[in-house]
Amino acid sequence: MRVLKALLKHPSGRIGAAIIVLYLVAAGLGALGLTPHNALKQFPIDRLKPPSPSYWMGTDLLGRDTFSRLMLGIGQSLVVAFASVLGASVAGSIIGLFAAWWGGLWDSVLMRLTDVLLAFPAILLALLIIAIVGPGTYTSIAAIAIVYTPIFARVVRGPALSLKRRDFVDAARTFGSSQGYILTRHLLLNLVAPLTVQVTLALAWALLTEAGLSFLGLGTQPPAPSLGLMLADSKNLMQHAPWLMLFPGLTVMLGILGFNLTGDALRDILDPRTKARAA
Amino acid sequence: MSYVVQRLLTFPLILLGVSVLVFFSIRLIPGDAITAMLGTEAGLLTPAQRASLANYFGLDQPVVTQYFRWLSGLLHGDFGISVIYGKPALGVILERFPLTLELALLSMLIALCVGIPLGVLAATRNERPSDLVVRILAMLGQSTPNFVVGLVIIYALSVWFGIVPTMGSFTPLTVDPLANLGQLIFPAITLGFAFAASVTRICRSAMLDVLGDDYIRTARAKGAAARRVVWRHALPNALIPVVTLSGVEFGYLLGGAVIVEQIFALPGLGRLVLEAISQRDYPLVESAVLFIAFNFLVVNLIVDLTYVLIDPRIRLGAS
Repeated sequence: MRVLKALLKHPSGRIGAAIIVLYLVAAGLGALGLTPHNALKQFPIDRLKPPSPSYWMGTDLLGRDTFSRLMLGIGQSLVVAFASVLGASVAGSIIGLFAAWWGGLWDSVLMRLTDVLLAFPAILLALLIIAIVGPGTYTSIAAIAIVYTPIFARVVRGPALSLKRRDFVDAARTFGSSQGYILTRHLLLNLVAPLTVQVTLALAWALLTEAGLSFLGLGTQPPAPSLGLMLADSKNLMQHAPWLMLFPGLTVMLGILGFNLTGDALRDILDPRTKARAA
Repeated sequence: MSYVVQRLLTFPLILLGVSVLVFFSIRLIPGDAITAMLGTEAGLLTPAQRASLANYFGLDQPVVTQYFRWLSGLLHGDFGISVIYGKPALGVILERFPLTLELALLSMLIALCVGIPLGVLAATRNERPSDLVVRILAMLGQSTPNFVVGLVIIYALSVWFGIVPTMGSFTPLTVDPLANLGQLIFPAITLGFAFAASVTRICRSAMLDVLGDDYIRTARAKGAAARRVVWRHALPNALIPVVTLSGVEFGYLLGGAVIVEQIFALPGLGRLVLEAISQRDYPLVESAVLFIAFNFLVVNLIVDLTYVLIDPRIRLGAS
């Protein structure tokens, strides 16, 4: 609650949070079917209509309403982003915690495994996973989660190593607390701050990657609306229907901006050392 | 020396791990490799032809044996034969690599030429309107996906200036430098956009740190000109994180800017991987992914070692 209040007082945090709330509302309304038009139904008579009072953001080549499709596309992007970052943060935290706690051979093996995964440029690793499993929404979620897991493992391992040597952890051991209790209550709870920042920034990156994979035709498959797919479709029509590029492009950018601003604000709030030089 | 030695020792280990991951993950693809390679045409093969092909590719051997044969081939420069191109995969990769390398270098040049002056400007005018403008622009730049920037550039060029960027073909630098630059400049601006934003942010942040240091105060107290203090005393030290960031980003770009190469139809390494994946050319996927990961690791290793060299404060032995 204290962090939320601080976030809302922070100038960029306020803007970032407002964008995220706006996107969540749009996605929620889209999921409930409360879109101005049916996002999937084709109206050939209304194809490539420019923005107007009846079609706020115009229509595409098949006469589908861009605004309604954007609402569904935002939902799709957020589902992929949240699910993949949730997966990555849980898996990465477990790996990072165990590596720090057990140390020795376990630490070496787990960290070398993360090194191997980090040896691939992120989009390439995602492409490799898609090559194996085939394109689709679930594959995108898995690919982004796998790509981000080693980063979370590293974010958790470093501070967990120093926490492990602190007096309160020794005291908990002396009092006979179980390993699970110490790991979750004493280590993980103290890592909430760096994890929160990382989760927010990872969400921005996941949104970007989801849109990129869909843009390449390897993410969400048609006819489901996706921001990346909408942008890819707009490429051949941009001279006649620039709105097909403009609105999905702005939507992707604004979403990433929202998470980036929130992440930066959270870093300022939770790590006062960065506050003075925050860019 | 231990940090350097440790980094150099772990390099081949990680590369070995990467080779294991690439080889075995490709083998996870459902169905047999011959069907995967030939698609529907595999149905036309007689059992004898299939067995002969399996024997030719060594697919009738246990998978671990296949791995060691593959690894031994790699060490001898044999990356296998590309199914699409029907020639050695390494040759196909090396044909595409110069474009990717040039694009990465050009993007980095653009990013540094834009990002460093903007970062310095913002830091020296901290909390003033020009700082705020640079910060907003940098944040917007960092949040704009490169495929959006690429599409906007193509739109602006074609609709506003009537120029259609050359797509599909590529003129090497050695053949016609001007035509080459004409083909690469817009993709490089596209890639350099977010890169420049990152450089601006990190340069500003590092400059703010350095400008508060005692030695800068001393230089000012001795009457050094403000411009000299900023560019000669502060900037060289503030460049350390910029070098690190640039190295890492450069490593990513060497991996092939898949999306930007796709938008501008450039025959680079990223597009090759995409082609190989969509056409199920697994020997080429394996080789290209391994080649990219190798480059990425080498660049990161160089960045780490450079970091140790240029920052004497880093205690050797501390990871």
